[in-house]
Amino acid sequence: MLEITHLNKTFNPGTINEVRALQDVNLKIDPGSFVCVLGTNGSGKSTLLNAVAGTFLTDSGRITLNGRDITRWPEHRRASAIGRVFQNPFSGTAPSMSIAENLALAARRGRKRGLSWMLKPSLVNDLKKRVKDLNMGLEDRIDSAIGKLSGGQRQALTLLMSSWLKPDLLLLDEHTAALDPKTAGKVIELTERIVTEGKLTTMMVTHSMQQAVNLGDRIIMMHQGSIRYDFGGEEKKRLKVPDLLALFDELRRKDQIDNGVADLLIANYV
Amino acid sequence: MTLLLGSITIGLVLALLALGIFISFRIFSFPDITAEGSFTFGAAITASLIVAGVNPALATLMAFFGGMVAGAATGLIHTRFKINPLLSGILVMTALYSVNLHVMGKSNVPLLSKNTLFTWFEKIAVAISGQDTTVNVLGWSVAARDLWTLLFCLLIIVAFSLLLLWFFRTNIGTAMRATGDNDQMIRALGVNTNGMIIFGLALSNGFIALAGSMLAQLQGFADVQMGIGMMVWGLASVIIGEALISDRSLGMVIAGAVIGSVLFRLLVAIALRWGMNPNDLKLITAAFVFIALVLPGFMKKTKKINLLSHKHA
Repeated sequence: MLEITHLNKTFNPGTINEVRALQDVNLKIDPGSFVCVLGTNGSGKSTLLNAVAGTFLTDSGRITLNGRDITRWPEHRRASAIGRVFQNPFSGTAPSMSIAENLALAARRGRKRGLSWMLKPSLVNDLKKRVKDLNMGLEDRIDSAIGKLSGGQRQALTLLMSSWLKPDLLLLDEHTAALDPKTAGKVIELTERIVTEGKLTTMMVTHSMQQAVNLGDRIIMMHQGSIRYDFGGEEKKRLKVPDLLALFDELRRKDQIDNGVADLLIANYV
Repeated sequence: MTLLLGSITIGLVLALLALGIFISFRIFSFPDITAEGSFTFGAAITASLIVAGVNPALATLMAFFGGMVAGAATGLIHTRFKINPLLSGILVMTALYSVNLHVMGKSNVPLLSKNTLFTWFEKIAVAISGQDTTVNVLGWSVAARDLWTLLFCLLIIVAFSLLLLWFFRTNIGTAMRATGDNDQMIRALGVNTNGMIIFGLALSNGFIALAGSMLAQLQGFADVQMGIGMMVWGLASVIIGEALISDRSLGMVIAGAVIGSVLFRLLVAIALRWGMNPNDLKLITAAFVFIALVLPGFMKKTKKINLLSHKHA
């Protein structure tokens, strides 16, 4: 399904702000797999997701999706295979357009858009039904601007939009981080339902270890631009929050040792 | 009364300009000053073609395409070479000045004895109501052909407004609106936003060139200076429309731009009639747009201060 090999990305190369955001990342995700991506701040997890989505082009390495090499594809071309939900609830929807229009735009994700009428009655019926399934009482408001809705409602609609046409890959970039705990819980519930019902291959970046433990069938942990841990199958099922915390601690201690050793070497030999 | 009819007619023709500015400024938030060049470009193309004996309808159509090319050039410069919107427009506008002079061959092309869209309209009007008849409108007697000219312009502008409204409700038109609203979102849904910006600016400048073409035919000449200040003029029309109609639905906004254009032209005609120096026209237009842009924020602020002082009292 998704295969990433030797992927590298450096931002602002050769300047004082140089960031080696991705360093030799290798990852293979099976069809139908739900991968949670954990990592410290600046570990490159969102960068990895954006690299797959095509927000920027990578420096070296290869990304293949369903056997197609998409490494050099522009973002809008990859959209035919990839559904996305962003961290910021404002990013995933067009605020001044109606709920119906937003959903209708998503109903043609990656397809040709011609001069045919957008809100055909059959489509409107279909989207009313699907909005009703969200149980948010939005089905009577499909003609009102989406910008008037709460963050949670917008994220729920973005989820619905990203999965309207079954994507080969669903990318969720900390999509509950900006929501209050109760709303976040609801959106996670919806995420689980949509992913399970559609048997979607999913990558979800999250800060919440509880989410990572509860959801999905695989956890990868990133640190300083590369994947440090990868748990799947039974191993993932046994993993609990304290185990993950311990791993984070270990990564942090290793960093300190790295610096400590460098200091020691400098003191002794330079 | 003749003056009033004439003003409304010009207002209707310039409504095409307002619609063009609406596309670039309101749909894309792109302050596209190409308008000043493409307006003249449209006039220049039509005037030269008509002088060369080309059918006026075809000459008008060519102006539309000319405007589209100009808009696409601005869009290309902006998206392909990452040049800021205002500067992209300035580059094309400046280049168009020379192009317009070349197209016209001189700085002013008169169309007085030529066949234009409006001489056609007049012929049809004469055929329907006879030569030199007058019609009674609200107690004033006006020349029937002036009234007919106005009606034809109204018909054209209504047709283009409906066409635009329909376009913005199609799949591609909705994607265009979304590009201006949230480009990140619509890219994630598979739309090439750069292509959309180029197409949108082409459409916008097509409308603007069409306005230039029709104005040249209406007033009987094309002049290389006629585009100056047109962007602000269009903006003023759009802003008046928005102030008049609080409904933000697409159809209402488009109708607002048309009504705004006519009203603005009437205001200008009245001001000139009352003895305003025509040289002050652009200054006052600019001041008007400035006030219209600043006023909403200013009113919000004073409202807030009022609320606060009420609380303290």
